[in-house]
This record gives sequence, C-alpha cells and structure tokens, in this order.
Amino acid sequence: METLTSLRPLLAVLVSLAVVPLLVWCRRHPNLREACTFLAAAAKLALVASLLPDVLAGREVLCPVVSVLPGVPIAFRVDALGLVFALVASSLWIVTSAYSIGYMRGLDEHAQTRYYCFFALALSATIGVAFAANLLTLYLFYEMLSLATYPLVTHHQDREARSSGRKYLLYIVGSSIGLLLPAVLITYYLAGTTDFAAAGILAGKAPYWLMLVLMLMYLFGLAKAGVMPMHSWLPAAMVAPTPVSALLHAVAVVKVGVFCILRVMTGVFGVGLLRDMDLGVVLGYIASVTVLGASLVALSQDELKRRLAFSTISQLSYIILGLALLVPLGLLGGVLHIVMHALGKITLFFCAGAIFVATGKKYISQMPGLGRRMPVTLTAFLVGSLSVIGLPPAGGFLSKWYLLLGTLDAHRLVFMVVLLVSSLLNAAYFLPIVYRGFFAPPPEGEAGQGLAEAPGWCLVPLVLTAAGSLALFFYSEPFLGLARLAVARLTGG
Amino acid sequence: MSHQLPALVVAAPLIAALLIFMAGWVRRGLCFPLAGAALVVSLLSALGMLSQVLTQGPLHYRLGGWEAPWGIAYDVDAINALVLSVVAAVALVNLVAARVSLEAEPPHRVGALYALYVLSVTGMLGMVVTGDVFNLYVLLEITSLSGYALVSMGDDRAPLAALNYVFLGTIGASFYLLGVGFLYTVTGSLNMADIARLLPALYGSKAVLAAFVMIMVGLWFKAAFFPLHSWLPGAYSFAPPAVAGLLAPLMTKVMIYVMIRLMLSVFTPAYSFALATLNQAVVWLAVLAIVAGALLSLAARDFRRMLTYIIVGEVGYMVGGAWLGTRLGLTGSLLHLVNDAAMTLCVFLAAAAFTYRYKGESLHSLRGLFRRMPWTMGALVIGGLSIVGVPPTCGFFSKWYLLSAGIQAGQWGYVAALLFSSLVNLVLFFRVFEIAYFEPFHDHHHGEPAPSAAAVRNEAPALIVLPLLFTAVGLIALGLYSGELASGVIALGLPTGLR
Amino acid sequence: MDRFLELLTSNYNYWVYITLMMIGLWGMIAKRNLVKKIIGMSIFQTAIILFYISIGAKEGGTIPIIMEPGGHGSAAQAVVRAADYINPLPHVLMLTAIVVAVATLGVALSLAIKIYQRYGTLEEKDILKQINKP
Repeated sequence: METLTSLRPLLAVLVSLAVVPLLVWCRRHPNLREACTFLAAAAKLALVASLLPDVLAGREVLCPVVSVLPGVPIAFRVDALGLVFALVASSLWIVTSAYSIGYMRGLDEHAQTRYYCFFALALSATIGVAFAANLLTLYLFYEMLSLATYPLVTHHQDREARSSGRKYLLYIVGSSIGLLLPAVLITYYLAGTTDFAAAGILAGKAPYWLMLVLMLMYLFGLAKAGVMPMHSWLPAAMVAPTPVSALLHAVAVVKVGVFCILRVMTGVFGVGLLRDMDLGVVLGYIASVTVLGASLVALSQDELKRRLAFSTISQLSYIILGLALLVPLGLLGGVLHIVMHALGKITLFFCAGAIFVATGKKYISQMPGLGRRMPVTLTAFLVGSLSVIGLPPAGGFLSKWYLLLGTLDAHRLVFMVVLLVSSLLNAAYFLPIVYRGFFAPPPEGEAGQGLAEAPGWCLVPLVLTAAGSLALFFYSEPFLGLARLAVARLTGG
Repeated sequence: MSHQLPALVVAAPLIAALLIFMAGWVRRGLCFPLAGAALVVSLLSALGMLSQVLTQGPLHYRLGGWEAPWGIAYDVDAINALVLSVVAAVALVNLVAARVSLEAEPPHRVGALYALYVLSVTGMLGMVVTGDVFNLYVLLEITSLSGYALVSMGDDRAPLAALNYVFLGTIGASFYLLGVGFLYTVTGSLNMADIARLLPALYGSKAVLAAFVMIMVGLWFKAAFFPLHSWLPGAYSFAPPAVAGLLAPLMTKVMIYVMIRLMLSVFTPAYSFALATLNQAVVWLAVLAIVAGALLSLAARDFRRMLTYIIVGEVGYMVGGAWLGTRLGLTGSLLHLVNDAAMTLCVFLAAAAFTYRYKGESLHSLRGLFRRMPWTMGALVIGGLSIVGVPPTCGFFSKWYLLSAGIQAGQWGYVAALLFSSLVNLVLFFRVFEIAYFEPFHDHHHGEPAPSAAAVRNEAPALIVLPLLFTAVGLIALGLYSGELASGVIALGLPTGLR
Repeated sequence: MDRFLELLTSNYNYWVYITLMMIGLWGMIAKRNLVKKIIGMSIFQTAIILFYISIGAKEGGTIPIIMEPGGHGSAAQAVVRAADYINPLPHVLMLTAIVVAVATLGVALSLAIKIYQRYGTLEEKDILKQINKP
C-alpha cells in the first residue's frame, strides 16, 4: 500500500478547533459569528475533499502528530473507510450550520455562541475519529466528542436537560472508561501496538474466550453506537435543540460509535480472525435483537423526535449487522448505509425541527393534516422515510440492497429475515405520519389556515438533504467507489 | 556555580525563610518578593540540575566538603531532579496565587505565614534531594512542623485538625526514625548509598525486615495511605486555601517519592520486591485505599473535603503502582506523582478562587458558577477531567501506564479499582459541574436570561485566575509530553535490574 | 520458660523502650483529653530517643573523649581502641531529635491553648459536640 505524509488530516481536524476563539471573539455580532462558522465548515470540507484524489488512487495519507506514549503516538491515517465518514460529516456540517441559524434564531435560543463553539468542537472530534490511526487517537477523540456534546445536549439548562445529560454521560463516558479503556489496554498488552491494520493485530494473540470478551467490551464500550442495552441515552438526548439531534444524533455521535465498531472489528480483530473464530454470528445476533427491538419500540412512540431516535438505534445496528456477515457485499452495504442513513435521517430530523419552529408541535398525534400547511417539509419527510425504509428512488435502497445480497452471500437467511421484517416495521412507523399529514383532516380550529412553512434557513437545508438522498440513488459516487476500496482492503480482496 | 546547585536548591529558601521572618517585623511588603525570589532560585537550580543530569548523569554533592558516609551527601538523579522541579514550580505558582489571600490576613501573621510557607518548601526540597536517611528525618520534621503551624491558621475547626495532624504525623515520623535506628544498628551507616552497599549481606536479618516495615509504615502515615489517612481530610479542608494549595499537591507526593527512593536505592529492588506476599498485600491495601477514597469522596458535602478524599484515592494509585514492582508500574507511579501534583494544584487553586469570592465551600454554594466565574470553572473542568483521566490531559497518560502495569502484572483487583475510581471521579466532578451549570434553575430558556444576583460575572482577581489558567494549560502540556517524561527522564533514573 | 527469661533479660533495654512506646501510643489513642494525648506523644518520642541512646552504649565503655595526647602523628604510640568508648553518633543524632521533639511539643501545646480559647474545654468529646452542633 502506497502512503504519503501530509499535514492535511491534522488541519482538517484543527480547523474547527481554531475557529472557536474566533466565535467567542465575535459573540456580539451574530452575523459575523455565523460567517466564521460557515468559513470553517467550508475549509474543513475542502481539506477533507482534497484528500479524495489520493485515496481514490489507492494511497493512504499519514500524519503523525506527537508521540505521547512510547510506541503509541497520536497520529492520523486517512484510508477509504475513514474518508467516507469524514466526507459525510463535514459536508453535513455546512447544511446543519445553515439550519442552526434558522432554528436558533427562529426560537430565540439563549447562549448561541456557546452552542456554535461546542458544535465546532464536536466536528473536530468527529473528523479526528474518522482519521485516527490507532486506538489511542480514536479514544482521545471519542472522549472529546462525548464531552463536547454534553453542553449541546443540555443546552436548555433546565431540570429535564440535567437528567438527560446525566444519563448521556453515564452511558457514554461510563462505558468508555469502564469497558472501552480496559479493552484498549488489553489489546495493547496482547498485541504490543494499537495501530489499526487491514488484517487486524490480534490474530493468534489470545484464546477464544478472551477474544469474545474483548469483542463484547468493544461492542458495548462504544456505547455511542446504541447497541441494546446501551441505547437508552439516545432517546433521552432528544431534549437537545433539533439541529443538535440532527447532526449529532443522526450523523456525528451515533455514527462515530458505529464507525468505531467497524474500525475496531476490522482493524484490530480483522475480518479473517472474526471469520475463523466464528465471532461474526455473535455480533450478528446482538445486532439483530437491537434492529428488531428498537423498531418495535419506535412504533409506540408519539413524540416525533423519540420515534426518530429509536429508528436511529435500529438503523445503526444494520451497519453492525452488515459487518457481522463478514462478506464483502455485507460490509459494502454497511459502509454505504453510514452515508445513506445519514442523509435520510438528517432530513427527517430537520423536518421535525421545522415543524416545531413553524407550529410548535412535537407529537405525532397533533400532526394530521399538516401537509396542507407545510407541503415542502412533509414531502422532504417522505423522501427521508423512503431512504430509511430502503425503498427506491432513495439512496437507502442501495445500501439495503447490498446488505440483503450480503446475507445471501454469507448464507445467513436469519439475518435476511431480520432485515426484511425491520423494513416492514420502518414502513409501519413512518408512512402513517406522511399519509395522515396529507390526507387526514386537520384538527378542529386549524382547518383553512394557509401555508405556514418554517423560515428559509430551515427549509433550504432540508430540501437540500432530501434532494441529496434522491440523488444518491442515481449517482452514488464518490461514496460507492470509496466503500468498494475500503471493503476490498479490509477483506483482503 | 553550577556544581553548587544541589545545595542552592535547599539553601535559597532556607535563608529566605529567616529573612522573611525578620522582614515581617520591619517591612511586610518585602515578604512576598523575598519568598518569590527564593522559590524562583530553587526552581531555576532544579531545572538546571535536571538538564545537567540528563546530559552528564547523576550528580553527587557533599555538604561542607565532608566525604560520605561521614558527611551528608546530596544525590541527584533524573527522577529527583524532576521531582524537585515539580515541587519548586508548584510552590511558586501557588505562592503567586496565594498572595491576595495571604496579604488579607491579620498583619501580624503575614510574615510568619510567608516564612512558614517557604520553610515548608525547604523541607520538601531537602527530602527529595538528600542522600542521608537521618537528614531526611530532620527535613521531614521541618516540613511537618511548619505544615502544622500553617494548617492551624485556617478557620475555627483548623486547630483541632492541626493537632490531629500533629499526633499522627509524629507517630509516622517516629516510626521512620525507629526504622532508621534499626538500619543503623546493623549497618552502622546513615548514608543511603553506603547502606545499600552494606545491606545485601544482611538481607536475611530480621532487623532489616523490621527496619523496612517500620520505615514504610512511617512514610505511609505521612503520605496518608489508607487506613493511615485520617489526618488528611480535616487538615486540608480546614487549612487556609493558600496553604491547602501548597500542602495538598506536594506533601503526599513528596512522601511517596521518598518511599520509592528508599525502596529503590536503599533497600534495592532485589530486597523490596523479593517478598511476593508483602507486595501482594500492599497492592491490595492500595486497592482498598482507592476504593475507600472513592466512596468517602462521594459522601462529602463540601467541595474541598471532596477533593481531599480524592487525594486519599490518588495516594492509593501511586503506592499500588510502585508496589507492583515492575518498571512499568514504577514509571506510572512516578509519572502520576508529577501529574497528580499539577492536577491537585489546579483543583485546589480553583477552590481557593471560589473561597476568595464566596466564602462558603459547600457544594450548593457553587450554583451558577459557570456564569459567575467562567475562567475559574473552565480551569476546573480541565483539572477535573484530568483527575477523571480523559485524554489529552495528563491524568489519562499516567493512568494508562498504571493500568498497563496492572494488566501486565496480572493484578486485576488493582486495574478494577483504578477504573472504578475513574468512574466515581467522573460522577464527583460532573455533580459539581451540574450544580454550577444548571442551578439556579430558570425554566425560561429563550432569549438572554434576566440578570439575577446569581448570574452576574464576578471573577476572582487576575492574580488568582492567571496562575490557575497557567496550571490548567500545563495539564494538557504535561499530557502531550508524558511520553518524553516517561522515556526521557524517568527511565534514566530507574535501576536497570527491574522487570 | 528459661529461654523466655533469657530473652527478657538479655535485651532488657529493648523491652523498656517498647513498653514506653506502647504507653505513649496508648495515651495518644485512648485518652480523650488533648493534654493527655500530648503527654502520650512526648512519652512516645522519648522512648525512641532512649532506644537510640541504648544502641550506642557499650559494656565498660566511657564517654568518647580521647584523652591520649598527640594527634595523627603519635597514633603509633597510643592506639585508640573503639571498644573503650561508647558510640557518640547516636547521641549527636538524638540532640537533633530532642530539638524536634521539643518543637513538636511546643506546637502541640500552643494548638491546645488555641483550642481551649475557642471552645473552653480540652475534652475532645465536648469539642466535637460543639463543632457538630450548628
């Protein structure tokens, strides 16, 4: 594998860190402050995108930063898998920044500077995780993300925010100190290194039971992935302002969790080792339970954001399920699902926020007839739903298609049934919202009111992401190419 | 001049202490500059020695030109040069931050406070640098006596806490002295290197074992190693904040350094780590200390008291790490010693800043502090995260070493205790952050909140906040340099025969 | 029994200081009056001083002042036999230890005075009651 050394990965991480003092400086001038955010977001996307040609040409970009422990430096290494994730996160940051302006100003939220600062910090951490070259760097940015998102989750600073924040920290930081950190150290002790390698670093280093324990420690220690029973922080964290929920809880935080699991399972254990020791099945069954369980719970949720949260929990485990198949097609589906689900789910969250800004409604039971007042929003909601359910012509179809092919390839029909049943459940909890929105009569007293869409800053982003969801169905480059590269490398094909 | 540094590092503050005491009667304005100058000299000479040791190897200095083992020798290797620098730096930073509150004391006390402060630092520096076991006792008592006096100048409950400290401190020092007596009866020497040379022939002797155990127990009293810790919470939570900021970061750490030094260079690893059962027992005691410190700190209802129990737990970290008896464990223990001094300083300075503005220290008096004292709270967040062990703060990296050492040695109880304590620390600090961030509650969160009494910006004076921020930034810098510290400094000072 | 007696008599100096130490320790721990605790502390320290003095002693030894005239030059004529003199070093060390002990005693007593001025009693129980009352 050809490599080259470059500072760009480090700069991509630092650019949103460096903008924080600037944001504080401009706190009295909101327009200037938001301009800074956009500038940083654009710079970040440009830096991440500049790595694309190199990676597509089959090269890896290295960037050692500082050697903090003997043999375990803080270092970045950009490969196809990391770049897929970084591209998604940094492009959606721009859209979310725009949406944040509409949402935060629309509701006249307090402490907006703090909000933008920690948002930028969280993005730094996300890109750091995406580009991490070893477990230490991964852990560092994983923790940084947990802490940077705490003030965002508890933005409202009321009693509800406090109890949700408590749950958030307890699950996420508690599991990372209690399970992830010892797992990292045991890995370091066994393998003598923490650098990710395409074929894993643990092969032949430990007996079956220890591998199993380690795998479970990683799976549950990375609680951001929301694998049951480590999932209940996610619905609780829905007290956050909607843009936070959108970016962090549909894209950055939860995807960081799943990305870390992908990274650890492939880079530390290695697909070959998991296959030899037959650990994929364990992973697959745990993921299946989450897929179905969370979908069932989602059916009974009346608060729109909570329903979306449970849907997210279920969709995250699709990705883990794709990994658990341990065949190229399954992995491809999993990696693509990171992208597709991100776009689909962020659209849904944006819609939920737009509905709240425009009408103040949070509960699904209040939403019949809404399509007449907010047709654009609800259409976008339909597109997002289609993508998450996995129906054409939305991008989600592609990833689910590959996942299903993967189950066939791996001869795991059980998992195929799980995926299909879950898709039905997805349809059952999303489509009625759209149907009732367009065709049910509005509640008493609201009939005959005119259009009441959310402000443009809210509306444009959600139209963009919905359009993106559709576009990915027809043209899914560069993500498909990157995902193929990543899978080829990880499975040694 | 440079070969006199080992003497200068101790002599400067010793002489300054006398001058300050006199200046206290004549011109009180001179006290602070004198103390500051003395500590700057100490810090510079400690750093000078560190760079000398790193380039030229260990330094040997004979006080008054008397040859060892008759005269008193000062031996400086990479590790104690590092510890000396840390002691001098922490004392200096805290001195700057303490100025505002010290000058506010009743005038007749100011001179005495500064003099005792500097005298206490003298003792600590001496303990680290000396190569003579009896000289160590004297310096230990110099530190302790000035410490007792400093603690007693706190609030109403301080004298009783100080008296308790006197009793337990004296028992500890006496045990140490007794152990030294045993060593003297069998070897006839008080010089560390000389004893180490004579001891191997006597390793089977019961007197040596008795000496070893008594010296260790004596030092554990002074280091507040559970269950010998009962003096610490009272003494550090009732002492004046300026004093707590000196003693809490340094006293226990210096004693642990002395313990490690005696284990390595008087009894040598071949003796200290030969008794597997004893090692196991001490590691389990450390586990107990860590768990007890965590539980007691959970029960504390007062910010500074909570911090003192955290120290009790941290002592367990370091003693346990050292008694694992491996190179990794000792490295972790020494690295944690440096880091813990810095992070304890950070949180105690923050506590001093609160006390300066708001008198009360109960957890509930911290309400709304993120709004009232944003800089102080920012530094406290970094300090707290470091104690929890979140990268890239320094606390994470030393914990990494300690945990790896525990895994390597197969001491799973110790590993579990460390993780448990990290989780408890997380709860502790976020409980504080929650109070400071959420309370007092206001249900209306749209638009800027109406300015209430609890929401007015009222930061501590710059002279307190700047040292605090310096320390907080230092925690991250130390974290990023911990690889250098471990492999470039500490590794040089550890004996070669270790596992 | 004989061996026990022998153990008791051959090292009787150790037994004396161990007994003193225990008395001191007991005083510090069991007594509830602060001045009694301080007295215990002094006894404890004194026991250790006695121990040091006793290890320097030699049967038939005298104070270590060398009476023979001459110095390095006349060493051949008068051989100084170390066994004739008790070891002076422990004494010197104990001078320092006594100073330390006196200082400790002074600090402890002044703290006791301060406590008495504040609480009007030296009984630990009553002081704690007063502290915990409000």
